[in-house]
Amino acid sequence: MGFIWFWLVAIMIVAYVVFDGFDLGVGILHPFLARTDEEKQLMLRSIGPVWDGNEVWLVAGGGTLYFAFPLLYASAFSGFYLALMIVLWLLIMRGLGVELRMHMEIGVWRAFFDGLFFISSLLLAIFYGAALANVIRGVPLGADGYFFLPLWTNWRVGPAPGILDWYTVIGGVVALVALSLHGALYLVVKTEGSLQERSRVAARMFWIALLALTVVSLPASIIARPDTLDNFRAYPVLLAVPVIVLLVLSGILYFSRKSDDRKAFACSCAYLTVMLVGAAIALYPRLLPSSSDASRDITIQKALSGPHTLRVGLVWWAFGMCLALMYFVIVYRMFKGKVTLDSGDYGH
Amino acid sequence: MTALLLHRIHFAFTVTYHYLFPQLTMGLALLIVVLKTIAIRHEDERYNQAARFWARIFAINFLIGVVTGIPMEFQFGTNWSQFARVTGGVIGQPLAMEGVFSFFLESAFLGLFLFGENRLSAKMHWAAAFLVFVGSWISGFFIIITNAWMQHPVAYRVLPNGTYEVTSFWGLLTNPWGLLQYAHNMSGAVITGSFVMCAVGAFYVLENRFAEQGRIFLRVGVVVGLISCITQIFPTGDLHGRYIAKHQPAAVAGMEGLFSTQRGAGIVLIGQPDEEKQTIDNPLVVNNVLSFLIYGTTEAEVKGLDQIPRDQWPEPLPLLFYSYHIMAGLGTYFVLLMVMAGFLLWRGKLFHTRWALWPLLLSFPLPYIANTAGWMTAEIGRQPWVVYGLIRTSDGYSKYVSAGNGLFTLLGFMWMSTVLSILFIVLVYRVIEKGPEVTGPGTAPTGASLSAA
Repeated sequence: MGFIWFWLVAIMIVAYVVFDGFDLGVGILHPFLARTDEEKQLMLRSIGPVWDGNEVWLVAGGGTLYFAFPLLYASAFSGFYLALMIVLWLLIMRGLGVELRMHMEIGVWRAFFDGLFFISSLLLAIFYGAALANVIRGVPLGADGYFFLPLWTNWRVGPAPGILDWYTVIGGVVALVALSLHGALYLVVKTEGSLQERSRVAARMFWIALLALTVVSLPASIIARPDTLDNFRAYPVLLAVPVIVLLVLSGILYFSRKSDDRKAFACSCAYLTVMLVGAAIALYPRLLPSSSDASRDITIQKALSGPHTLRVGLVWWAFGMCLALMYFVIVYRMFKGKVTLDSGDYGH
Repeated sequence: MTALLLHRIHFAFTVTYHYLFPQLTMGLALLIVVLKTIAIRHEDERYNQAARFWARIFAINFLIGVVTGIPMEFQFGTNWSQFARVTGGVIGQPLAMEGVFSFFLESAFLGLFLFGENRLSAKMHWAAAFLVFVGSWISGFFIIITNAWMQHPVAYRVLPNGTYEVTSFWGLLTNPWGLLQYAHNMSGAVITGSFVMCAVGAFYVLENRFAEQGRIFLRVGVVVGLISCITQIFPTGDLHGRYIAKHQPAAVAGMEGLFSTQRGAGIVLIGQPDEEKQTIDNPLVVNNVLSFLIYGTTEAEVKGLDQIPRDQWPEPLPLLFYSYHIMAGLGTYFVLLMVMAGFLLWRGKLFHTRWALWPLLLSFPLPYIANTAGWMTAEIGRQPWVVYGLIRTSDGYSKYVSAGNGLFTLLGFMWMSTVLSILFIVLVYRVIEKGPEVTGPGTAPTGASLSAA
């Protein structure tokens, strides 16, 4: 049961990153790629009908995590208190930035919401990357399963790290670049003309940066957390994961060159998925490792809810996910193709 | 300020502010379905126009509800981690179900409802509106079920590691407390929606701008408002009150300011409780009524606070007393106002009776106050327990989150709420000022690029 719920929660987090990832990427890119007000509108419309549904993966995933692994939810959310609160504020700002721009005809207001959208998307990407890096590095868990981390201490990976140290900053930068690339590839799919061309150029730049960062992130993880590769050593078949990472990364380049934009975007989805799956494999069966004492690790075993809860949960979860997927198919079908500025069109 | 008090205020502030928006979302969602239904049944385009106008306000309100709601789900972990850790196996379930069953539904069909009118047939568009309504009411249901378990824990057992687990899924979802609370709460949300609709209608009629739409708003608002004001008191409020009296005598004693156990207890209409001297200052009492309301006979004995150990008194007691009295007082006023408005509407005089339109215009903030006061009654009445009778509030908060960090984020939320309030008022006022007659189908939200908020 623990194994199943570990992967179900992982799937929901992956879904959140893949779906909301391109919303964030678009937010990060839009001050740079859009030259005119129309282009800014186009970029916003490219995510307009879907961003809110994408964000639901975070809420549904958070709820699922809460009920399947209450100890993890309690410990991690109170331990990363300040960072999480900042993330919540950024999510508020992002929502306002996306939605309220069009309610205002005045340029200053539009610029204000554009700025809000950009800054919140940028910082959210960095915080998400840093969050994942924190989980991989481990936190100073107490005997009672709790901890509290300040935002930063001395920027070193030690027994008393901060939420931000050199390793988690790398994680933040990887996420920033990966989601920017993801957003750029999404824009290539959804737009036309010069905006599409600029998105292509941006994608190429981010691709090079991401290749370098992906290569750096592996040894960095091993320095920050020497036992990162234990599961991979125990099951060599899992070494397929880094191979797939490199394959899909090359796939992005290959399909971009051929202007097969949908496949390039699909490769980017696969990249995010496989990177997260790799991290989950490295963690398993831990959920939140201790940075000092392995006996204090929060493991699946320790954090798992009661058996009846989980059995019943499996039934409604599966049913609910079928419904959710159906809604996603409906919405994305209604919204497929390039975005335009015609009014009266869905999503406009 | 102690960390415990800070964490309490932190949750109370964020949830109170958040709930100002969903109550209108849920109320309006129903009213929009009503408008769309009338439009289809009578093939009356004016009702479609009305629905489009309210959809614009709905969209703004929904957005603020979404962005202020996301923090709620995470605050169990951030500020109430010990409570979350112990009870996650129970209340994590309805919270997760809310996301899975309600938010996906709402987010998908709100976009179709707001922007799909041109692409969908009239019936499909009605269906999109209906599904948004269903989604928002399902969401309310799961939240109420979560709260009901804290008020009245059922269908649980304690595991060897001290955490709680559900023993019966249906038992949890059909918690009698929850069903009563749900009916009472949703009725309250409909009151908010119909009062807001009446206020805009009265504004247009008094101003003699968009008066035809204004009359539609008043007609629908008064009829739905009258029904919901009555169901708010009877049967939902009445049944819920009796159930509370049975299971949380301390809460009822606190609500009523009943310091000593009495046979034939009277009801205090107005007064100020003095916790130290255990008296009510300046009381205005009607004899025997409390006994009658709870037990149906004027002779019955009602348990006072004297029978409850001091460390189990709800606190802050005076706030509980005032919250309850504000809720009940406003609830009574709502019935009087709506009966009057309903009578004038029936006689065909409402639209010309300016002295009746003015209170309809000015009363729209009151349901917000009444709903908030109702929730404060429920939540303070539950104290000093976070899960009634099982876990004390003082054992539930995050011990490692210092008061300083808590105050920092509380101030952050307060600042953000101020900005959100200003934005909300500006945006909604612009929609009201532009009026309902500016658009045809499909261009529903003003210039709006965006859908699914």
